[in-house]
Amino acid sequence: MQHTMKRFDEELDALKEHILAMGGLVERAVGNSVQSMLEQNAKLAKKTIKRDRAINALEVQCDEMTRDLLVRRQPAAKDLRFIMGIIKLVTDLERMGDLAIGIAKGTLYSLDNPPRVFSNLDIMSEKVLRQIDRALEAFSRGDTELAMTVIEKDAGIDVLYKRLYREMLTYMVEYPKSISSSIILSNVAKNLERISDHATNIAEMVIYIEHGHDIRHVDHEAAARILAGEDFDDDDDE
Amino acid sequence: MNKAALNKALKRRYLKEKLFKGSAIFALLLAASFLIFFFTNMISQGVSALSQAEILVTVHYNEASAKSYRKAVDKAYRKIVSRGWLRTLPLYMEDHPELMGTSEEKWVLATSDVDQYLKGKPNRLKDKYKQQIDKLQEEGKVRLAFNVNFFTRGDSKMAELAGIKSAVIGSILVLFVTLVVALPIGVMTAIYLEEFAPDNKITQLIEVNINNLAAIPSILFGLLGLAIFINFFGVPRSSALVGGLTLALMTLPVIIITTRAALRAVPSTIREAAYGLGASRWQAVFHHVLPLALPGILTGSIIGLAQAMGETAPLLVIGMMAYIPDAPSSFTEAATVLPAQIFTWAGESIRAYEERTAAAILILVTVLLSMNAFAIWLRKRFEIRW
Amino acid sequence: MNTSKISINQLKLWYGESQALHGIDLDIAEKKITSFIGPSGCGKSTLLRCLNRMNDHISSCRIEGSVLIDGNDIYDPSVDVVQLRSHVGMVFQKPNPFPKSIYENIAYAPRIHGLASKGPEMDNLVEAVLRKAGLWEEVKDKLHEPGTALSGGQQQRLCIARTIAVKPEVILMDEPCSALDPIASTKIEELMDELKQDYTIIIVTHSMQQAARVSDYTAFFYMGNLIEFGKTGNIFTKPQQQQTEDYITGRFG
Repeated sequence: MQHTMKRFDEELDALKEHILAMGGLVERAVGNSVQSMLEQNAKLAKKTIKRDRAINALEVQCDEMTRDLLVRRQPAAKDLRFIMGIIKLVTDLERMGDLAIGIAKGTLYSLDNPPRVFSNLDIMSEKVLRQIDRALEAFSRGDTELAMTVIEKDAGIDVLYKRLYREMLTYMVEYPKSISSSIILSNVAKNLERISDHATNIAEMVIYIEHGHDIRHVDHEAAARILAGEDFDDDDDE
Repeated sequence: MNKAALNKALKRRYLKEKLFKGSAIFALLLAASFLIFFFTNMISQGVSALSQAEILVTVHYNEASAKSYRKAVDKAYRKIVSRGWLRTLPLYMEDHPELMGTSEEKWVLATSDVDQYLKGKPNRLKDKYKQQIDKLQEEGKVRLAFNVNFFTRGDSKMAELAGIKSAVIGSILVLFVTLVVALPIGVMTAIYLEEFAPDNKITQLIEVNINNLAAIPSILFGLLGLAIFINFFGVPRSSALVGGLTLALMTLPVIIITTRAALRAVPSTIREAAYGLGASRWQAVFHHVLPLALPGILTGSIIGLAQAMGETAPLLVIGMMAYIPDAPSSFTEAATVLPAQIFTWAGESIRAYEERTAAAILILVTVLLSMNAFAIWLRKRFEIRW
Repeated sequence: MNTSKISINQLKLWYGESQALHGIDLDIAEKKITSFIGPSGCGKSTLLRCLNRMNDHISSCRIEGSVLIDGNDIYDPSVDVVQLRSHVGMVFQKPNPFPKSIYENIAYAPRIHGLASKGPEMDNLVEAVLRKAGLWEEVKDKLHEPGTALSGGQQQRLCIARTIAVKPEVILMDEPCSALDPIASTKIEELMDELKQDYTIIIVTHSMQQAARVSDYTAFFYMGNLIEFGKTGNIFTKPQQQQTEDYITGRFG
């Protein structure tokens, strides 16, 4: 059902669009930054770094819009959860943007001693990009099942990171000249892993917005139970 | 619509307004002119009643005059001096035995014809008496003095002695009975109907009937009073008691209606506040609603009583238009009221009564106006804003 | 499971032929503030007025079910309504002090219930109650001036003081702030917060923000039915019923 104040619905829709726009920019930044690393493309890296400004601008704008909504609309229930979710989402997206910049900077640092082996960085980045895509999709549609998928698949990304890290270690021992580039590479992988964590945060927020359950610090099996309505450990007691 | 048409329409509206204002003012002026005509007529007729002709004569107090009062004055004056006054001499001489055998010059009441002649009004005075009076006037033995008798004496067949005292006292007694009977019963009934009675068909029926009673022609109340009080209960006819009871019946619906309106005007929030604090219905009504409704109740009651005071028709039916010269001393003695007195005097053929009628009307109107003014003052004074 | 002060069981109410309350089951916690919210005509004021039997004054009103206060059914024929109302007080929407002096406004009810005798005992009671309502400092020099000469907010606090003068256990408030400006409203809300230490308070309000600010528990009504009841925090952040959600977020049709 629509709000009696149509303007309110318009404002909420506008806010959502801004988030999704920001998410799109972040997704592109992550993709481009990894690509610049894999291709050793300095130009792409520099372009990605410059584009961060747009992401920051959107962050500021989203904060202003949420502040306006809070003071003028006094949102309650789902509207309130939506606004609170957005405030956290914006932070996560902005962090993701910063991490992508980190990766692009890594590319620039690695230019004079490029890595020879990239391990499974491409596979990992592919998976992370899909996580981001899923999380944003879940937010856009309010799809909590998709959000749960994101949460569950985060473990897989961790595994990939650990593998790459071990490989880098082994490589460094075998080829000492590759130490600097390997370190850079493993840092890049670390950033990707943290980007994925942020995507998971977004998914958790989606569940909070839709159902009101805060599953941020609960493991995902317990989260599934809560969502199914079996575990009701919060509220009702005092 | 173009400008010209708009202007025309505007002019028409102003014209209508002027016509309306004009007709309202005309109506007001018409009513005012009737009032002015009435008052000037009454005043001009009635003001002369305040003075009464007196003649300076020698009064002889002796045994002859004690037996036959006409002998108290010289023959020449016997026809122009008030016989009614002469009649009081024997009793006067009994009360004052020291006067026996004396004479004195005294200003004595003249007959009503002399009085009317001196006031320049139509009269039946014979020419020879007119000459006598003229001569006495030249000698300064005739004067117009303040008519105390008008206020101190009751009705009389001698116009020069006729006064409103018995009528006024009768009116007061009747009004007293009306007040004592109608006010408590009316207010209590209204309180019960408004605050305590349940809202069902029976109470609605009662309300309709009370409203109807207020509209019944007052003369029917006279018939009612005749049937119930005089015939059934045997209350003395023409007494202040029966008059008061009849008028009480008539005033009761008015008091009930105005009291109910006054009670209804008290906002229900006051009652709710009282109930919310745990007051019983009785407490809420008597501690809170009634004090606030009191100005309205008093106003309504005074207006109702003022109406009763001016009522003539029902009282005529129960016999209060009889000739009552002496003021009643109890509620069960025959009495008359001021409006009835006026009615009686208006029908008299003797000219002197005309001015008395007008004067009595003026007094009645003054009393009614002051009662109404008092009611308005009361309402304004005790109006509480909530 | 906390002991509830008031227990409403399957309460149904009819005004003549039309049913206004359809079987309400509700437990009100002691010494907490419970708010009744809902759109106009949903029955919240009607329900409130059942709790001190003010609906008895409406002749077409008929009820079924029970209202237990401290375990006693207040609709039992043996219950004295006048006594009941000294235990369950009421504050109304439009401040309605008696057109008498401030002192008399407060002294009236204790006098008719025989709670204090004339003189120093009553003086002390009046002062204590005015202090509790936060009004003493403002009116101590004009106790014998009419209550109607005060401002709207002061009048309402006077009405609250008047209500607590009979030492009730429950205070019912029917939209107490709707006729007041925001600052006066805030003072009343502050007063409610203090009063809940000693009294169980139920407030009917049209303002959801006020219900959110002031109450511990909230009950949402619609068309004579209780739709949802729970802790205020939960009702306003994650209501269970769609109707509650729609009303609170302003989606109501």
